[in-house]
Amino acid sequence: MTDSVIADRIQFTFTIMFHYLFPILTMGLAPLIVVLKTLELRRGDARYGAAARFWTRIFALNFAMGVITGIPMEFQFGTNWAQFSAFAGGIIGQTLGLEGVFSFFLESTFLGILLFGEGRVSPRLHWLSSVLVAAGAWLSGLFITATNAWMQHPVGYRVAADGTVQIGSLAALLGNPFLWWQYAHVMNGAVLSAAVVMASVGAYYLLAGRHLEFGRLSVAMGVGVGAVFALTQLFPTGDMNSRNVTAYQPVKLAAMEGLFETRYGAPLAILGMPSTTEHRLLDPVEVPDVLSYVAYGSFRAEVKGLNDYPEAEWPLVQLTYYAYHIMVGLGTMLIAALLLGVALWWRGALFASRWFLWILLLLLPFPYIANEAGWVVSEVGRQPWLVYGLLRTVAGVSPNVAAGETIFTVLGFAGMYALLGVLTVFLAILIVLRGPDEGPMERAR
Amino acid sequence: MGTFWFIVLAVLLVGYAVLDGFDIGVGALHLTVARNDAERRTVLNAIGPVWDANEVWLLGVGVGALLAFPRAFAVGFSGFYLPLMIVLWLLMGRGIALEFRHHIADPLWQGAWDVVFSVSSLLLAVLYGVAIGNIVTGVPIDEHGWFQGLFASLLNPYALVMGVFSLALLMLHGAYYLCVKTDGALHERAHLAAGRLWSIVAMLVVVLTVATFVLRPGLLGNYWAYPVWLLVPLAAGWCVVAMWRAHDRRRHGAAFLASSGLIAALLVATAVGAYPYLLRSRPFPERSLTVANAAASPAGLIAAAFWLIPGVVLILAYQIVAYRAFAGKVRLDGGAHY
Repeated sequence: MTDSVIADRIQFTFTIMFHYLFPILTMGLAPLIVVLKTLELRRGDARYGAAARFWTRIFALNFAMGVITGIPMEFQFGTNWAQFSAFAGGIIGQTLGLEGVFSFFLESTFLGILLFGEGRVSPRLHWLSSVLVAAGAWLSGLFITATNAWMQHPVGYRVAADGTVQIGSLAALLGNPFLWWQYAHVMNGAVLSAAVVMASVGAYYLLAGRHLEFGRLSVAMGVGVGAVFALTQLFPTGDMNSRNVTAYQPVKLAAMEGLFETRYGAPLAILGMPSTTEHRLLDPVEVPDVLSYVAYGSFRAEVKGLNDYPEAEWPLVQLTYYAYHIMVGLGTMLIAALLLGVALWWRGALFASRWFLWILLLLLPFPYIANEAGWVVSEVGRQPWLVYGLLRTVAGVSPNVAAGETIFTVLGFAGMYALLGVLTVFLAILIVLRGPDEGPMERAR
Repeated sequence: MGTFWFIVLAVLLVGYAVLDGFDIGVGALHLTVARNDAERRTVLNAIGPVWDANEVWLLGVGVGALLAFPRAFAVGFSGFYLPLMIVLWLLMGRGIALEFRHHIADPLWQGAWDVVFSVSSLLLAVLYGVAIGNIVTGVPIDEHGWFQGLFASLLNPYALVMGVFSLALLMLHGAYYLCVKTDGALHERAHLAAGRLWSIVAMLVVVLTVATFVLRPGLLGNYWAYPVWLLVPLAAGWCVVAMWRAHDRRRHGAAFLASSGLIAALLVATAVGAYPYLLRSRPFPERSLTVANAAASPAGLIAAAFWLIPGVVLILAYQIVAYRAFAGKVRLDGGAHY
């Protein structure tokens, strides 16, 4: 692999992982804001309106960051991955175009009304704007996942005479069997994250003894929604997604599990370190037969190990393995914590258990890590392919951009994003410290 | 189908230039026409609800090119690697400044973001002009079909004059937008600025027309072959005159329409001159990327046309809803997010 391929990969990895921190929250928070706006409109209760305004402020900051860090992603298809764009532009242009036309315009236009329109437009149109912003965010997630699902499992294409791929069927692209469970898993993860953020911020207010009513609303909504979505993150969305990986990307599955030997009744590795020199999992803690069951629904099923594939077809085994185990481990931890919250709620002790509120407060970073780790599994596990089975990553880069140029821009992005990250966290903390409006219309600053 | 998508891209580009053009122009004027915090907030809230949706048109141009002419997108974007990264960082600077400024009510914090917002808008306006100046000139595509844009040659005098012109034109366009959206001292300053900018724009229109005749005669071929298209540059000239008459009568809405028309006419005139080239190759014209040799498969282009048309109708519908919701002068009392 040449220097320029490594530089291009680092730049894309870094910029997309930083970018994704923001859509996680906006995609997840948007439907929760709709719920609050609906309660406000239905019950005529200004407290829900104040809560919706508070979360809309958090949403707006994250949305702006999502837009700002999202533009470089679309640019990089052309600037750094020109051969990929020339090869697959006829296909990924369709899904990215659908995203631009049907979701970005919708989302940004109605976010304008949501942020600037209160008091200017009718309450009903204001409510509708929150619904359309959520619809835009979720459509955007759909089309970008459709683009990724095509790279994971290409369908609906045909190879043209010049060697590029062209669209065969747009319906096949959107009906990709890989797409819908992946989409469900991604969006479910976003809602789970937003719910945890909500619970965490609410826990802060209860611990600090400020805005108690708003704090209780946030903790209740966060724990309630979070518990449900933590469970559905594992089953069915996570489970069905890994079945798709089993069916379409068996090498990735073997890397995720650190499975080298093909086995009937393959074990599920809980701990252990995969070694690509010794071709085995070092120091493993395993549950016998469970991987076979998870992958194929039968404890005796055969699961192919990495040794059955040439090493040139392997992804980075360790990275895939650790990222997968981090994701699953944190997901399990979130399920445990949120179910504990539901149990306390059941006993009427949720808002008074300071120790548990502390747990909620400190839970905040973990859904982010779990989401990012999940994408690392998905993308690193797809290597060495850029488009699975069709285009290798090394063949996708821009031949006319030197490694030095990309390293120069990587450093530029690193500096800029370090500053942006610090400022965003700082401003988000300021929003939280200021708290929700106490009166319904105390908005003017 | 290639030609249809060439027209689609031209329309998207016109949409971007007219819509984001005014908020970039407003940004370039920001420091000079708005002198205190209330005025600056008025300026920012005037574009606040719409600038983000306006910027989506740029994404539309990029993705439209990827979809319809993948090879041209790939060669152009990678060839102009560093200049595009600069555009990217300027776009980011503008967006950050808009969102970050209002969070802390401190004059230094706000002043700093005002400068970031204004300077990045100003440089963007210049760079867009330079970019158009270079694309119509042509790039050195090698025998494998790629090129590397070089800074020194990008900043040639023709392109630099285009950059200055683009800045003046977008500032003029933004000034009329501010005239429509504001009142009081801010309105008067925007009106005065528009008057001065109009003379610069009118002068540069003449200079650049002559310069194009002399330096870039290749752009005129289509006009000699199909003289009916000369109506487009004539329409641009008419917009310049109409703008002055509207300005004199203080009919700023009409002047804004005229500046929109001028931007649209100039871009269409450029597109007519460039057709069928997407990326002209110099000195080997046979390596050029055209609507014929860079297009994606006809099936894909037709499929995309089927979703694009209802999509654009929807976009226009909700943009109309948005602009109507915010019609009239900006008020800072209710619903001012910035």
